[in-house]
Amino acid sequence: MSDPRATTTGNRGLQIEEPLIFEQGSPDKTAVDLPEPPSTKDRLGGVRRSGPIGLPGLSEPEVVRHYLRLSQKNFSIDHGFYPLGSCTMKHNPRLNEKLARLPGIGDLHPLQPTATVQGALALIDACAHWLKALTGMPAVAMSPAAGAHGESVGLMTIRAALEDRGDARKRVLVPDSAHGTNPATAHACGYAVEGIPADDRGRVDLAAFREKLDADVAAIMLTNPNTCGLFENDILDIAAAVHDAGAFFYCDGANLNAIVGRVRPGDLGVDCMHINLHKTFSTPHGGGGPGSGPVVLSEALAPYAPVPYVVQGPDGFELIEDPARSDAKPFGRIKGFHGQFGMFVRALGYMMSMGSDGLRQVSGDAVLNANYLLACLRDTVTLAFEGPCMHEVLFDEGFLKETGVTTLDFAKALIDEGFHPMTVYFPLVVHGAMLVEPTETETKATLDTFVETMKALTARARAGDVEYFQEAPRLTPRRRLDETMAARNPILRWRPPAVDKAAE
Amino acid sequence: MRYLPLTDDDRRRMLDTIGVHSVEELFRDVPDAAMLAEPVALPRHQGEIEVERAFRDFAAANLSPSSAPSFLGGGVYRHHLPATVDHLIQRGEFLTAYTPYQPEVSQGTLQSLFEFQTQVALLTGMEVANASMYDGATACAEAVKMAARIKKRDRVVISGGLHPHYREVTATYNRFVGLRDAALPPDWRGGEDAAAAIDAKTACVVVQNPDFFGRVHDYSGLASACHAAGALLVVVVTEVISLGLLKSPGEIGADIVAGDGQSIGNALSFGGPTVGILATREKFIRQLPGRLAGQTVDVDGRRGFVLTLSTREQHIRRDKATSNICTNSGLCALAFSIHLTLLGEAGFTRLAELNHAKAVELADRLETIEGVEVLNDSFFNEFTVRLPRSAADAVEAMAKQGVLGGVPVSRLYPGESELEPLLLVAATETNTDQDIDALAMALRGALQ
Ligand SMILES: Cc1ncc(COP(=O)(O)O)c(C=O)c1O
Repeated sequence: MSDPRATTTGNRGLQIEEPLIFEQGSPDKTAVDLPEPPSTKDRLGGVRRSGPIGLPGLSEPEVVRHYLRLSQKNFSIDHGFYPLGSCTMKHNPRLNEKLARLPGIGDLHPLQPTATVQGALALIDACAHWLKALTGMPAVAMSPAAGAHGESVGLMTIRAALEDRGDARKRVLVPDSAHGTNPATAHACGYAVEGIPADDRGRVDLAAFREKLDADVAAIMLTNPNTCGLFENDILDIAAAVHDAGAFFYCDGANLNAIVGRVRPGDLGVDCMHINLHKTFSTPHGGGGPGSGPVVLSEALAPYAPVPYVVQGPDGFELIEDPARSDAKPFGRIKGFHGQFGMFVRALGYMMSMGSDGLRQVSGDAVLNANYLLACLRDTVTLAFEGPCMHEVLFDEGFLKETGVTTLDFAKALIDEGFHPMTVYFPLVVHGAMLVEPTETETKATLDTFVETMKALTARARAGDVEYFQEAPRLTPRRRLDETMAARNPILRWRPPAVDKAAE
Repeated sequence: MRYLPLTDDDRRRMLDTIGVHSVEELFRDVPDAAMLAEPVALPRHQGEIEVERAFRDFAAANLSPSSAPSFLGGGVYRHHLPATVDHLIQRGEFLTAYTPYQPEVSQGTLQSLFEFQTQVALLTGMEVANASMYDGATACAEAVKMAARIKKRDRVVISGGLHPHYREVTATYNRFVGLRDAALPPDWRGGEDAAAAIDAKTACVVVQNPDFFGRVHDYSGLASACHAAGALLVVVVTEVISLGLLKSPGEIGADIVAGDGQSIGNALSFGGPTVGILATREKFIRQLPGRLAGQTVDVDGRRGFVLTLSTREQHIRRDKATSNICTNSGLCALAFSIHLTLLGEAGFTRLAELNHAKAVELADRLETIEGVEVLNDSFFNEFTVRLPRSAADAVEAMAKQGVLGGVPVSRLYPGESELEPLLLVAATETNTDQDIDALAMALRGALQ
């Protein structure tokens, strides 16, 4: 009866259970030896803390073990295949980590006199140059901290340009397949959001789009290639219609990896587009950030870009931080200091490593890998829309019909096989979406193993082994977690047990 | 090319399987006119040796604060980073994971976020904290929008002691959502009366502690005034090490705390990336933007963690979300959490004491220089001095002597003539007695 795999400790070989830091150590321990502070007078103005903060104290070996053990409970690109659609989980080169930590790069203060940071400003300028050349756009705002932040800058720039010509508009068109950040951004920039349905080819429904486009529309926010992994082949007509209506074309550039080095958004009629450096340009996702989301801009929008920005002056590079010193019309400021400099370093290191030839190969291989998966799986898994696809392929849950297995169950079974699941239930325009983005940094052997696994799991589902899927994953540090309980009774921090009792 | 594993033979076999002759055929949905026939006009690929050399050249054109006496603050501070921090955050399992959407294979990130949230709540004296924002300035702007939603009011009082970048970012965000700012003038003399600016439409008052000019405040009177008028108090912290020594914002009566956690665990990195922190009272969590890690159990009854309360967020609520934030500052939050764990209560408190003591020594020293006047009656590790000449010019002159002697206030508040002689100087545990000597000498020289 007893589970032969049960252990006294709860540990399982290399998988070691790890309590919270607050459940370890003692207040008098520390892993940082600091000198005794010199005795000086107190100039704190009488606002000194009286009680303890409540932080735990651990020695260095305990801290190292804690985080090492935690790290071993994560799946990562370094482990294996991570085909998370829309997220571009490609290899993160370690060279770029080294570059970001070089003395004279990682240790610069943002408010040093600009004469002492000419190399840093040159680096920002070089990164900007690559981004402009690759997108065929004349200007770029470097300061946004991530894709969604770039979306804000894009729409704020558009609104500033419209207001400047006395043409306040109220609505922004957003396809139903768009990422959640798009409607959220439009709203945060003071616009009403209007959806556009997808047609049966997974593209923008042109008739519906034309019907909604009028003189009150400020912009369309269109992802291209779109979130179904397809190139919007009517894009030139869409851009022309948007411009004829006096509106702007915002392109969500999250999927730039599909076209980098082959197609320039500037040639597609785009007015502005954010670039997630943490996707196409390989800066690490870091478990959720930091990212960087520079926004490329057309001539018409460039004057409204936010401060700060770098210009080349007679005595070297200058940083324009003060709108009054600008000869343009910046709409304001959206971030402290000068943007995600550490990410510019990494992205530039990547771009210089790949070069124009390598980046062209990147999009070619990314698209090849996705279409290879499409071809190998189309008879097994339901393809949502006919290909060719771009850098990612969208399936839906049609193939699981009547098996009792859901997209979520299927994803969890993939985890036991050593894969990170694809993006599930996004985009919202198909049922039980499975969006698979292999990226160019995977071998054919990995893709083949994934294909075999998908086929074997599908056969298992069709054979009626529902329980196998509903019980998955079985081999992970934790099995399915109760998300309803987490939301209903939120526990968002640790509290000392004794205090909890006293409060009851 | 070292990052691309496919061989030409692989590519050919894959094209055969797909049933096309070339990769170009897969791009057939792209309008012909937009397909580039040639690579973009940029340099070709390079090896590590060449790329590293190019970056060493960039580095050589900068004056690094690690190799010069440096007293720069103004929202970003140079602190010692234990070697362990950088080692641990570079473990691939942390560095190369995405947002923890699949909790069964993300317990490492999720548990560390839960610990981060707890640490931030403890430091700020708040009940809950989120899993990070982009930086302090955007956290401040989001705090203000949050207060406006909670209070359903549209006016915001901004203290003249708030970091100018935070003011500008908040003003920019506000303008687009139709919130009105009442921004008080730069409070370099101290003594601002923010309570007097509150009216019946005021959603919140935003103050900073220590303020931009370095002064330390007990805002409990202001907190009471806010609450009496039905407004919230937002307290901004740009130097989180100060929380080791000062009363927490929570103790003072803050409703929302926004700040930048750079000082703990994060390199200067020319000002980014850093880690925005946002903490509040439990009753406001439904209005809190950003990700939240929460505790739960798995099917076997074991404790585990998940992202929770996502009905506040863009991927569920779309245009009704509390914010559009998606990617945040995950790895910077991890660095913060590891550094603070290494320090512990004893180390963190001592670090704060050390910073204060260094700054007191520095102030004592600068006061001995003729014409230099320390304006602060109180400070933590940063204060403002008035010079008998333009501070920007003095800073340029000191830089020529290889000393990074502080931040001229006019860099952040341009065009205000009475601010031109003001210099912001910060001292941390990294500054030695020799650094202080070097600054005193360079400043004397700059004032000759
Ligand atoms: C299509 C799309 N748009 C926007 C975003 C938002 O980008 P970020 O997470 O960098 O803010 C994402 C990524 O999550 C995305 O996939």
